[in-house]
Amino acid sequence: MTDIAIARREGGMTALVRHARYVISENPVTGFAFALFLLIVLAAAFGPHLVPYDPLASDTAEALKAPSAHHWFGTDKYGRDLFSRVVVATRLDFFIAVASVVLVFLMGGLAGVAAGFFGGWTDRIVGRIADTIMAFPLFVLAMGIVAAMGNTVQNIVLATAIVNFPLYARIARAEANVRREAGFVEAARLSGNSDWRILTFQILPNVFPILVVQMSLTMGYAILNAAGLSFIGLGVRPPTPEWGIMVAEGASYMISGEWWNAFFPGGALMIAVFCFNLLGDGLRDMVDPRKRT
Amino acid sequence: MTILLDVADVSKLFTAGGPGAWTRLKRRLAGGPQTLPKVHAVEDVSFVINKGETVGLVGESGCGKSTLVRALTRLVDLSEGSIKLGDRELSLKAARVFARDRDRARIQMVFQDAGESINPRFTAFDAIADPLRRLRKLHGKALIERVETVATQCGLPPQLLSRFPHQLSGGQRARVGIARAIAVQPDLLVLDEPTAALDVSVQVVILQLLQRLKKDIGMSYLFVSHDLSVLRLLCDRVLVMYLGKIVESGPAATVFEKPLHPYTQALVAAVPRLHQSGAERLRLIGEPRSPIDPDPNVCRFYGRCPRGTDACKAAMPALRALGDRQVACHFA
Repeated sequence: MTDIAIARREGGMTALVRHARYVISENPVTGFAFALFLLIVLAAAFGPHLVPYDPLASDTAEALKAPSAHHWFGTDKYGRDLFSRVVVATRLDFFIAVASVVLVFLMGGLAGVAAGFFGGWTDRIVGRIADTIMAFPLFVLAMGIVAAMGNTVQNIVLATAIVNFPLYARIARAEANVRREAGFVEAARLSGNSDWRILTFQILPNVFPILVVQMSLTMGYAILNAAGLSFIGLGVRPPTPEWGIMVAEGASYMISGEWWNAFFPGGALMIAVFCFNLLGDGLRDMVDPRKRT
Repeated sequence: MTILLDVADVSKLFTAGGPGAWTRLKRRLAGGPQTLPKVHAVEDVSFVINKGETVGLVGESGCGKSTLVRALTRLVDLSEGSIKLGDRELSLKAARVFARDRDRARIQMVFQDAGESINPRFTAFDAIADPLRRLRKLHGKALIERVETVATQCGLPPQLLSRFPHQLSGGQRARVGIARAIAVQPDLLVLDEPTAALDVSVQVVILQLLQRLKKDIGMSYLFVSHDLSVLRLLCDRVLVMYLGKIVESGPAATVFEKPLHPYTQALVAAVPRLHQSGAERLRLIGEPRSPIDPDPNVCRFYGRCPRGTDACKAAMPALRALGDRQVACHFA
């Protein structure tokens, strides 16, 4: 009896940690992605307290200085420290990405699973909504939503979520649909589970890991989308530090030789997207029990 | 002998093809009549299972065995007919409501492919515990104890309970499937080809386990199988199904010794034997008739039957009693 109790407790947290350690040691790239992710999270959490300069304070005497020991990433046209701005911007960009991905996970994931499991009219309605969204060029649709609803962070989050909706709805629908007739669903019915219980306790746990991988992949896209909106002036407003705006502001200095203005925020953007994409692969190995040894 | 399960005139029809949902909705709104083609998967099936009896169900792929089994276990709704378990009528409630009915625990099922019938994200413990939690409201210590008892009863070492299905062997998975089904102590256990996915050495062990459990718990079995020798060995009576109908039933030994229906004869003849040349064997040629809106006056076996005459396409032979067995053939 106690054997089971121990075995079951082991099946929980410690086993997951042990497994995570195993996956990372098997695949150094995943470890690297996790390290990068940790760095991004730390920058988002503590960045504003750690940076050497106030990201908003201008100093015209120091304008457009190349990277040096004082200003690691150089300064922009108002003499603001680019390193401080890039680090501080992490929080806003990371928040937009996480919030929009969580939102679309809830909307698209649940709608898709319900569509795949119940079929019929639920399926048709969700499918048509997804088709309608996909009929638009996605970035233009995001632009339209933000332009129509107003230039706020909430609307950027919402627009990014809506744009990603078809992707999540379709994946969740396909995954739930193949499992609808699975033996274990019938077995669950025999065990006295209602449709909703089957959906939440039998189907969702099987679809979840696939969506988690998708979340990590779209997180990079969400950051790009938010930065893109800001780049064309439809997102966060200056002087708020944000990678998209900073790239937009720095772009005009590329020709005149002040490359650091666009290079560092662009590099931060690239690293973040890169990290989330790598993370997706690692997460899939981690949450899939079949890969457990 | 007391009757445990009384199945009367059970039919299950499925809508086949036809126009899409939009067209159907438009027609419904216009008030026009709608007649859609129907697949007669199971038609007018009646039989009984006595307490403590093992009844075999045999028939080729697509004959409606699985649909019948799913109707009996109340996973799908019937089109017609009644299913009585003891004095309780089971067919009145819709399948999704029946999932929470107090009679739910009384009919359980062991699935064909144990690997597929256990949720890959559930440990063996969770799989066996699920029906106990839902149907017996067991929790905590009582639950752990019960799961362990059942697992041991099915020959599954308790140390394996924390494993996921992919970490278990085929035989161990089969044991998990059986343990889950018998955990709530059902009156009737439906076995849908429980050994089909196992290799031969494990098959024997699992069949012996099932025989022992039946005695220990006092269940009745409905045993679906393709394997005639297994049915002959385990079953008291067998039902032979062809294209949605029962064509022959009776004590296992006599049905396989002296099959009366030409389909059963062909089935028995198809069992490979050592000292028999292919020439003297009765062989079926061609495909079964279409189950979509079949002609109610033509024998289902007509066209494939070696004895088919004009009488067979003029009147459907009814299932009639012949001593201790029943046959649906004009010539029996």
